[in-house]
Amino acid sequence: MNSVILRTTTVFILPLLLMLSLIVLLRGHNEPGGGFVGGLLASAAFTLYVLAAGAKAARHLLHVHPITLAGAGLLFALISGVMSIVAGHPLFDALWTDTKIIGQVKIGTPLLFDIGVYLTVCGVVCAIAFQLSESAEDARDPSPDEADPEGGTL
Amino acid sequence: MSAQLLITLPVLIPITGAVLCILAWRSTHAQRAINLTASLALLAAAILLVMRTSAGEIPTVRLGAWPAPVAINFIGDAFSAIMVLLNAIVAVAGALYALGATPKAHERSGYHPLMLSLIGACSGAFTTGDLFNLYVWFEVMLLSSFVLLSLGGSRPQLESAVKYVTLNLLSSFLFLSAIGLTYALVGTLNLAAIAERLAASEDRSLFTPVIGLLLVGFGIKGGLFPFFFWLPASYHTPSPVVSGVFAGLLTKVGVYAIIRTTQLFAPGWSIDGGVIAHALIWISGLTMVTGVLGAAVQQDMRRILSFHIVSQVGYMVMGLAIAGVAFDSAQAPGIDPAQRTALMGAGALALTGTVFYILHHIIVKANLFFVAGIVEQLEGTGELPRIGGLYKRRPLLAALFFIPAMSLSGIPILSGFWGKFILVRAGLESGADIIVAVSLAVSLATLFSMTKIWANVFWAPPPPASPNDTQRPTSPTIAPPTPARTACMYTACGAMALVTIAIGFGAGFAVDLAETAGAQLTDPTPYIQALLPTDAPTDIELTAGEVTP
Repeated sequence: MNSVILRTTTVFILPLLLMLSLIVLLRGHNEPGGGFVGGLLASAAFTLYVLAAGAKAARHLLHVHPITLAGAGLLFALISGVMSIVAGHPLFDALWTDTKIIGQVKIGTPLLFDIGVYLTVCGVVCAIAFQLSESAEDARDPSPDEADPEGGTL
Repeated sequence: MSAQLLITLPVLIPITGAVLCILAWRSTHAQRAINLTASLALLAAAILLVMRTSAGEIPTVRLGAWPAPVAINFIGDAFSAIMVLLNAIVAVAGALYALGATPKAHERSGYHPLMLSLIGACSGAFTTGDLFNLYVWFEVMLLSSFVLLSLGGSRPQLESAVKYVTLNLLSSFLFLSAIGLTYALVGTLNLAAIAERLAASEDRSLFTPVIGLLLVGFGIKGGLFPFFFWLPASYHTPSPVVSGVFAGLLTKVGVYAIIRTTQLFAPGWSIDGGVIAHALIWISGLTMVTGVLGAAVQQDMRRILSFHIVSQVGYMVMGLAIAGVAFDSAQAPGIDPAQRTALMGAGALALTGTVFYILHHIIVKANLFFVAGIVEQLEGTGELPRIGGLYKRRPLLAALFFIPAMSLSGIPILSGFWGKFILVRAGLESGADIIVAVSLAVSLATLFSMTKIWANVFWAPPPPASPNDTQRPTSPTIAPPTPARTACMYTACGAMALVTIAIGFGAGFAVDLAETAGAQLTDPTPYIQALLPTDAPTDIELTAGEVTP
């Protein structure tokens, strides 16, 4: 899509959306929100950027590959569950510290789990969005070496 | 190692492996190493678990330290531990076999993480003590298996995947409906709590249809008559390692769920248990017969073997049904106490036979599919008329096929013989003569099928090359053969064959294991007590409380 308005506003909306997604993530333990919704919001920000500037630019902006992001999220969630085993509790028992960040967010394994969900959702949705957008771009102007002479895909 | 940790490991290890594989998605070498390491670690954990449970211990864990009836839990009685061990053996053999059989393109599309999450989901289904959690593991299994089935995306694969997914979604839908009804009627989804409340309730007639719904849902997954047709339609199309693992494990998860729920919710001595057992006798007989007849007309190695999965599942359900009938007739009014004890003993023996049969079958069936995969890799096809003379060119391969094939048909000394022997004896002792006769006839027909493959693939002279065949056919789902690849695949098959021989010659040990499992299935009190300890806090009130009268 080539629209000056969209490109200009995206520059302002993208950081706002990402910040909002973090707020939703952090308030999620006791109030509506959490990793899943936060992750969706973050991926919405990147999807907006795909619409404004194209999938290639969005991949560049995300910096890491979306699959790696999703894998890292799964790893975080896994670690949050295993930490309680190391402490001698059953799997996924919640461990809390007394430290608080940003005023009221308590640090503990459930927060780590939520961050894991956040990254996984963001990674998977970004992977899908990038892939869809790229195949749409390919369909619009097929490069000569990839074009199928028979015209069929299956 | 603490019991809590030990029972967590069978799920934790493969899932961790899957996560690491996703992180290492760029390097297929790293993924192979992770897959093999995780499978071996799973095997070690499973062996420890079996050793602990065979002594009568039942390790449990309640995740997140929630109290008893509400927590998600894992529990390993002898039956679960045996299933986890078999799962691990198939996982190790599969990881080794995949080194030689899986095409690079499949590995790049995520073969390793998918296979590990499939194995983790099977472990989860075998060890969970909660009906809804069982559903979740079924879904994880279905999602991974759908992608594994269609990796590569050739036309026959997609065709079979559509059938597979449709039928399995239908099964999940029925299962989920049954879970909703169970919660409405009984007020809990903890397996032990359901069993306890059903046993205590005066009128459980409302729950009988729910059990029927559960059995249909599991029956579709397990490939029982009349729901089996998705199975032979899909198992011959994917990469051979995928079909081998599916053939060994997936239907058996359905069978496991049938056995577990029947013995907990409607054992033969309960009011509706007799009806269910008699229905299962018919279903098992028809499953055995249709499976083996279906195999008789097929001309493709993996198709023949797929139909035999169906027929073999019939044997396992037959054991469960015989046990139910024996328990039911032991409850007849005015029965002689000595005869009553004999019937209860026959029922326990039938359950032992069922567990032993599953133990033998998973190894043998996965191995047969693996051998069929080697044949397809070498010859480019699995169609009997187009192959021949392998006995002369590959005597070792012939031996690797011969052992599981003869074990499957129940030739003495090999593991299948003992499985059938125990089942037949239990059947005769509990007076189920007709189904025993049917099962013996089906055995003969199985032998016929195996001889057909043997005669065509190994003994017959190779077919004359037709002038149109300028080049040898290749299969898109198998990596082209190289000596190193073939060696990996031979090793995997050889290891499985050794396990089969070990079960056959060391049958005493395996029977002891199966006996412990059979006894725990017959009398589920220890299982229920392990899941619902009496010292659990009682301040948690369940919402729907009582069984609706």
